[in-house]
Amino acid sequence: MRVHVHGVGVVGPGLDGWAASCEVLAGRASWTEAEPRVPVPRMLPAAERRRCNAAARIALAAAEDALAKSSWPLSELATVFASADGDGAVTHALCESFAAPEPDVSPTQFHNSVHNAAAGYWGIATRSSRPSTSLAADQDSFAAGLFEATLQAALDPGPVLLAAFDLPLPHPLSLMRPRRHAFAAALLLSGAPRAGALAALELRLAPGGASGALPKALEALADNPAARSLPLLAALAAGSEAEVDVGAVGGSRLVVRCGR
Amino acid sequence: MQPLYLTGLSIVSALGAGLERTFAALREGRGGLRPNDFEPFPPATWIGRVDGLESAPVTGGLARFDCRNNRIAQLALAQDGFEEAVARARERHGAARIAVLLGTTTSGILETELAYLRGGDTGKALAARDYAATHGMFSITDYVRRRLGLEGPAATVSNACASSAKVFAQAQRLIEAGICDAAVVGGVDSLCLTTLYGFRSLELLSESPCRPCDEARDGISIGEAGGFALLEKSPPRGRAAVALLGYGESSDGYHMSSPHPEGKGALLAMRDALARAGTQPGEVDYINLHGTGTPANDHAEDAALYALFGDAARASSTKGWTGHTLGAAGIVEAVIAALCLVHGFLPGTLNTTRPDPALHTRVMLESETRTLERVLSNSFGFGGNNCSLLFGRFA
Repeated sequence: MRVHVHGVGVVGPGLDGWAASCEVLAGRASWTEAEPRVPVPRMLPAAERRRCNAAARIALAAAEDALAKSSWPLSELATVFASADGDGAVTHALCESFAAPEPDVSPTQFHNSVHNAAAGYWGIATRSSRPSTSLAADQDSFAAGLFEATLQAALDPGPVLLAAFDLPLPHPLSLMRPRRHAFAAALLLSGAPRAGALAALELRLAPGGASGALPKALEALADNPAARSLPLLAALAAGSEAEVDVGAVGGSRLVVRCGR
Repeated sequence: MQPLYLTGLSIVSALGAGLERTFAALREGRGGLRPNDFEPFPPATWIGRVDGLESAPVTGGLARFDCRNNRIAQLALAQDGFEEAVARARERHGAARIAVLLGTTTSGILETELAYLRGGDTGKALAARDYAATHGMFSITDYVRRRLGLEGPAATVSNACASSAKVFAQAQRLIEAGICDAAVVGGVDSLCLTTLYGFRSLELLSESPCRPCDEARDGISIGEAGGFALLEKSPPRGRAAVALLGYGESSDGYHMSSPHPEGKGALLAMRDALARAGTQPGEVDYINLHGTGTPANDHAEDAALYALFGDAARASSTKGWTGHTLGAAGIVEAVIAALCLVHGFLPGTLNTTRPDPALHTRVMLESETRTLERVLSNSFGFGGNNCSLLFGRFA
């Protein structure tokens, strides 16, 4: 399957947006481990900025970054959101409230607890009627999202926005699933070529084997499933032809050939 | 689009385990809801509970996947010769050519909730569990693909109550693109505190058995369920078959937990499902509504139905039979649609006695027997994500 990339977004520790991160991702500048700065998504109305949870915020922040130079109306984009764990802080808050003597659950926390919360806020922000799919495939959630977004772009004429994100879980959930940093990546894709495309991707499934390694400097992000996108982001930042492995799709590896 | 045949099918819900028990309950008018007896949640409500899960753990090589959600999956896989049907498909196509796409909204979160509820050393209790195999959203899909020995593309779809309808659309795309020859689709959701307290916090949980489209409807009854369908390009030999003819996906772009008041997204999803199948509204013999029993959902869905079908729609909701099984609602109602087509039977809207005069659609209160060719099934979810599926019968 072949797909064209029209925009890339990234939000993570020491990675403040695609434009500011290209040199680091391409290996031409050194990476500094710092708390991720997640900008408030401008697309959200004020009331939704207050209501929306951390998972939706980082997903939409990465999406907005990928759309910075796009001329497509937002309401024309189909969306795919990929996350292994959604929002652990919301899960924790809800579980704590169930354990109270008189459980008092916040309606906002409940609607933020759904795995497709980011899709909901995207819909409110864009008034879009286009389909949205929220996926999870544990450590391989990015690969699952890229695969589905590419499939949709290849079969339907419209553009598809992919956003992959995962966050650290609060204690005690972190004991089950430790994670150091929040990270999100987004790609704006289309099946048909169009002027101004950054790159073309050729996806194929290859027989099982070891997972693709992260760029050495960014190994501190290895516990974040969304960061499995980094080999692809590094290739896109370098602008060179490359073949990268972004994780498993079922029993196969998802291999992405990155070129023009 | 090219039809996809349902060559394997299985179901577990409050109506019972397996297609035969499910259909017998529908035909004999036995609903599955009961007064709430789910101990961790004391408030008064009615639930659709699957019996026997407490004594049916996941054991053996996949024991680390044991949780209420996967127990339902285990029970569903054992019904209706489903595992055998998948094994035969694996022989025909190869394990790598069969996808596994399953919907859930809360996965195995119940066991995490109970660890918090018990108090004491919550951290110790949680640390002893396998997060990915139980609590994680991929748990259900990973369990099922391992159990069935399938190596094709695998993902969990979690778009709230549209989850296990949307998996049919994804499967169709994978097969159309030539990446797969078949797919196991479906989903599981199980009773848990997040959804019970959550819907209660939104004042959407009825204290009585839910009454979809009734003028006195006052919310949902939550159920748990699981089901699977095996989808293939070729019809099964020598017997009547049901096929997926079309799907439609859309978003409301309106609100996190309320539907668009005029059913904008619902209408688009239904229209797209019919267009993909090349079917006219007049050719749809029955519509299995999303029909949750909340004032807002039934009103919005009715507006969308009226816009597409006028007042000619023959429709009912089966939520009063099974409860609203949330992420499993898509597969539960796909299975009911298949049963309707095979048996020429339309279930009535259980518990509803006084249809809301403000609704255009005259929902069927009583079950009917008649030959059916085309059935549409609606699933709409939080976050405004909608999916409609059109099924047809082939002699």
